Amino acid sequence: MSGRDEVLARVRAALRTAERSASEHELEPPPAYAPRVRPATDPHELADRFAERVADYRATVVRTDEAGVAEAVSAALADLEPATVAAPAGLPDAWRPAGARDGGALDHAELQTIGAIVTACRTGIAETGTIVLDHGPDQGPRRLTLVPDRHVCVVRAEQIVDDVDDGFVALRPETGEGAAHAPPLTFVSGPSATSDIELQRVEGVHGPRTLVVVLVQPGAPPG
Amino acid sequence: MSARWPETPVDFPKAAHETLKDSQLRSNLGHATTAIRAKREDVVSEVDDWESLRDEGAAARDRSLRRLDEMLVRLEESVTAAGGHVHWAADKESAQRLVVDLVKATGSDEVIKVKSLLTDELELNPALQDAGIHAQETDLAELIVQLGGDRQSHILVPAIHRNRREIRDIFRRELPGAEDVSDDPAALAEAARRHLREQFLRVPVAISGANAAVAETGTVAVVESEGNGRMCLTMPKTLITVMGIEKVLERWEDLGTIMRLLPRSSTGERMNPYTSLWTGVTPDDGPEEFHLVLVDAGRTNALADPVGRDTLRCIRCSACLNVCPVYERTGGQAYESIYPGPIGAILTPQLQGLDTAPTLPWASSLCGACYEVCPVKIDIPKILVHLRGRVTAETNASGKGHHAGAERLAMRSVARVMDSRRAYEAAQKAGRLGLSLMNNGRGARGALPGLSGWTGSRDLPDPERSFRDWWREREAGELEQGPDAPALPQAAQDPAARSGAAMPGTPGPEDALPTDVPRLHGEDRA
Ligand code: SF4
Repeated sequence: MSGRDEVLARVRAALRTAERSASEHELEPPPAYAPRVRPATDPHELADRFAERVADYRATVVRTDEAGVAEAVSAALADLEPATVAAPAGLPDAWRPAGARDGGALDHAELQTIGAIVTACRTGIAETGTIVLDHGPDQGPRRLTLVPDRHVCVVRAEQIVDDVDDGFVALRPETGEGAAHAPPLTFVSGPSATSDIELQRVEGVHGPRTLVVVLVQPGAPPG
Repeated sequence: MSARWPETPVDFPKAAHETLKDSQLRSNLGHATTAIRAKREDVVSEVDDWESLRDEGAAARDRSLRRLDEMLVRLEESVTAAGGHVHWAADKESAQRLVVDLVKATGSDEVIKVKSLLTDELELNPALQDAGIHAQETDLAELIVQLGGDRQSHILVPAIHRNRREIRDIFRRELPGAEDVSDDPAALAEAARRHLREQFLRVPVAISGANAAVAETGTVAVVESEGNGRMCLTMPKTLITVMGIEKVLERWEDLGTIMRLLPRSSTGERMNPYTSLWTGVTPDDGPEEFHLVLVDAGRTNALADPVGRDTLRCIRCSACLNVCPVYERTGGQAYESIYPGPIGAILTPQLQGLDTAPTLPWASSLCGACYEVCPVKIDIPKILVHLRGRVTAETNASGKGHHAGAERLAMRSVARVMDSRRAYEAAQKAGRLGLSLMNNGRGARGALPGLSGWTGSRDLPDPERSFRDWWREREAGELEQGPDAPALPQAAQDPAARSGAAMPGTPGPEDALPTDVPRLHGEDRA
């Protein structure tokens, strides 16, 4: 018998056995999924909460309007040589730091020489201060936001949702015949961290040690 | 190479006798559980729908478990459609064989690994070693355990039994290039970063566990903190993910529910630093080849038991460990299994067979704190009582004296821990709320099946009641802190440390164990 047949046969036998020996209440079907119903959220409150919670992880948050993005990005990179900064090909030109290398073209060894990466994101989650990357053209493949030690991520206020379940609703991949391939997703909440040694927090083990979030909101003070 | 767990555990009283002698272990563990408990309380109290979220978490897990065969077939279809390969292993040996063959097919004689309870359970590292393949653990705590030739003591913080000086000595001895490292945790983490970075960029094969997989989309999830998970899931050419069959979820949104519950319950964070979701293979991004190995290894033993099967809801958050007075006193290694604490006491005997771990269901005082914190509402005390009944009815009686030993030890541990623990809110609250042993985990009451003939014995309500009475008397009488009451660890006192700090390695992708022990529902087994 193949491993597949054996496992499935065991599962089916177990389900039958449980059914036979269960009492009535143990057989009650679990309730069906129902999305949480909540009052509408105020976009300003979402942006404020998002900024506060990202900062709680000891990430840097810079709030600005569209016109201030370039300046905020270059301030976050001020101490680096331009040639050690990379950006994905699809990053909006206005956000691209001068002289940044094309991140998608870098192999593993070249990536090691990159000090910072500038990207957009797919979604922000206010409740948990999380940015979600779907590694589209304005974010680049996963390795790009992993190997360099600093990640500067530009988030538009209108991308922010309230909580994790709202994020999942927004991120639902297509299913069924002819569905597009579901992209990989990376949920990032602050810089990488460990507390494995005596529970003392150390920021930055393998992922970027510095996370800078540039939050773009119409009417926000530039810079 | 991590030390192996004993072939057949588990004599809890005997093993605990050894670990109880280790006061370093006890103080580290006390510090850790106190700090994590405080952080969990803080972030859970932020969520106003926490109780209904727990209900939904339990329901999401049950919806899949009740139709597990369909879910697995659907998962296989979705993963395959997305360019992945699915393999099935009925037991530990076939899982080992499958993974060894998959690695061999790549031509590599080394792999990098993300912390995974399941691969530990399957003793994959020794199996790979025997096949001439070196498996490098990349989670900081797992690295410490591996370099120290040691065993894990906590699901979440496996090296919590080691202090910084011990870790420094292990690194100086075992880690190339770390001969002069100091005992500063940042310096130790930096040494690990340097050592592992080269391997992440070079080794072509990674092995991971999984926290969950979604049947309808074929998406697999790994939850972590350090970024070693992202490295393993992204950089190598081939990724082999080993997952227990019970981890599958039906819908995409179910994963959203689990991701609201898990980080807060586990590390006491609103969200862990990194969660990776991937579906099959993606061109020019991450591994070119993806294998998903689905493992039974005893899970169907639990699935066949209408009471015990709730154990399979477990999302390995470790909240139940951190509130358990018995665990706090004896330490994880006393359970002699990869799953310690309350969850281990119900999971290990079901996975391995009641014959091989007959004392574990007694390694508890039934105080109920574990059920109160469980994000998927597993009624651990109810299952413990149920398993005690099954051990008595189904296994041969040898070793029964040990049950009493395990229970005595559990009760004594509680007394000691309660004496010395100032902030025992969790168990206290559980006691006041009046935990129901007859609760089915979603609030309904019902009779326990299969217990007739022994529920009248002293096993069921009495120990719990007398414990509560004892506690109430203490509360009424001697509640005032004595002058010599031990101070709370820094982390629990300092509000900044409570809210800001991230906790360790986060839920390790998961679980599993040897199958094929006694056939408790033998006639139905194909
Ligand atoms: S049984 Fe324990 S580890 Fe499992 S989900 Fe419940 S609290 Fe978490």
